[in-house]
Amino acid sequence: MKTSHTRKFAVLCTAFALLSTGSVLLGKKVSAAGSGSITGTVKLTGTAPHMKGIDMSKDPYCAGQHTSDPAKMENVVVGSDGAVQNVVLYITDGLQGADASAVPSDQPKFDQKGCMYQPHVLVVDVGQKFQVTTSDQTTHNIHPLPAPGSGNIGWNKSQPPGAPPIISDWKAPEPISVKCNIHPWMHGWHVVVKGPYAITDASGNYTLKGLPPGSYTVTAWQEEYGTQTQKVTVAAGAPAKADFAFKAK
Amino acid sequence: MRKQILIWSLALAAVAVLGLSASTQAQVTSNQEQQWLNTPAATSHIGNLTGHAKDAAMTYRRYCVVCHGPIGDGNGESAQWVDPKPRDFTSAVFKCRSTPTGTLPTDEDLFNTIARGLDRSVMPPWNTFTKQERADLVAWIKHFSPRWQTEKPGPPIEVPAEPEITAERVKAGLDVYARVQCWKCHGVEGKANGPSASTLQDDLGRPILPYNFAEGGRFKCGTTDQDLYKIFMTGLDGTPMPSFSDNIKPEEAWDLVFYLRSLQPSPSKAKQLAKQLGLKPVNPNATPQ
Repeated sequence: MKTSHTRKFAVLCTAFALLSTGSVLLGKKVSAAGSGSITGTVKLTGTAPHMKGIDMSKDPYCAGQHTSDPAKMENVVVGSDGAVQNVVLYITDGLQGADASAVPSDQPKFDQKGCMYQPHVLVVDVGQKFQVTTSDQTTHNIHPLPAPGSGNIGWNKSQPPGAPPIISDWKAPEPISVKCNIHPWMHGWHVVVKGPYAITDASGNYTLKGLPPGSYTVTAWQEEYGTQTQKVTVAAGAPAKADFAFKAK
Repeated sequence: MRKQILIWSLALAAVAVLGLSASTQAQVTSNQEQQWLNTPAATSHIGNLTGHAKDAAMTYRRYCVVCHGPIGDGNGESAQWVDPKPRDFTSAVFKCRSTPTGTLPTDEDLFNTIARGLDRSVMPPWNTFTKQERADLVAWIKHFSPRWQTEKPGPPIEVPAEPEITAERVKAGLDVYARVQCWKCHGVEGKANGPSASTLQDDLGRPILPYNFAEGGRFKCGTTDQDLYKIFMTGLDGTPMPSFSDNIKPEEAWDLVFYLRSLQPSPSKAKQLAKQLGLKPVNPNATPQ
């Protein structure tokens, strides 16, 4: 009896050592040891709202970047079959200890290109560094506007052509509206969350990775339609499934 | 018997006076404020002066509350008639700072703003206050936002000694004005008529005008060359004016100050030099496409 316990302990130890070595070696985005994941699709039911075209004629440089492909608003980007892009998925309940506090080390980019934000929605973890870059030959100002009292403090910096990246981070979870005062149509988001996150692609698909088996509340955030939540149980091995549907206004 | 009545009435009068002063105190400060007033954070430091928030409550209530409001959120009873809106002290975002964008101003910044007032707004220069009263008010203003308890003011922007103005520097300043595209808002001649000028909004979503150099009004945050230098290095938080500190080097900043002076109507060395050079305004179409 005693030996079987010892053996079990040894096996567990080895497994843990292997796992932790593995996560150090693989070790980028996901530092938590979780191997489970949640995957799904986000769709819109009803008629997708019309996204207005953007008149950039006040800045000929900007207008010149969209001669073949006119720019449109990006508040609700809907693909074929109602798939919604740029929906942020994150865990609002169920994460514990290290899994909740692990911060990814990569620095995602928020680029100004053709006088639009790429991506339109940037997701970062609390404390995760990100870069604001410019690919444009026109001056922008980057003006994030966190809600007063949110724990985040707004700022306003210029980026003329060729400016170096601005490297920054946010202190508290919150969707932060970002704008450029020089080009009033430019509007994007820094969505700050705690723990693992994902964002839907053009087909409305997402995968939340790095989750230890357990029960979670998954939240989906869309800038026009707000948030929705679902309870999901993640088991080891197979990905759990959670589809979301927003209703067109 | 008569003596007793006298003692009783005296005692009653004393109670009434005490009660009255207590109630005035209660009107001015809440319990929470009272507690905070006894902490070391309830002071300001400007040079050798120490301001005490507890001494400013009555001054604030008499002179400031009508616009800035009893809880400092900029919603005083006259605020609806005021444009630009009175400062909301609860968010602790201030235009006139010596510190980087997104940081708290120094006590001295607030002290100077109170005395200077803010041109083209309803805020007059409060130079009728003594220095001590202003220092006390600075300490009082800081109690409206919790940011002052968790954050320190940013490190002040260093302003190097002002160099001698030369024709080359004025010309170089024009190049900076073109490169970082000040003209997008301020216009190629500084007339506040750039292509983006008409759509500018402050952080509250209200229309706001860029500064018109050609009109030559006083700058909101001070009239010296050093003050002007600071404006584009710190930005005016709460407005569309961003910080250029990552993109304008200190020596270029002085060039820009000289060029901006040449756009103002008052006679100056800068204006004279620009005229001699025959400087033409920025050509917006000449910028890289």
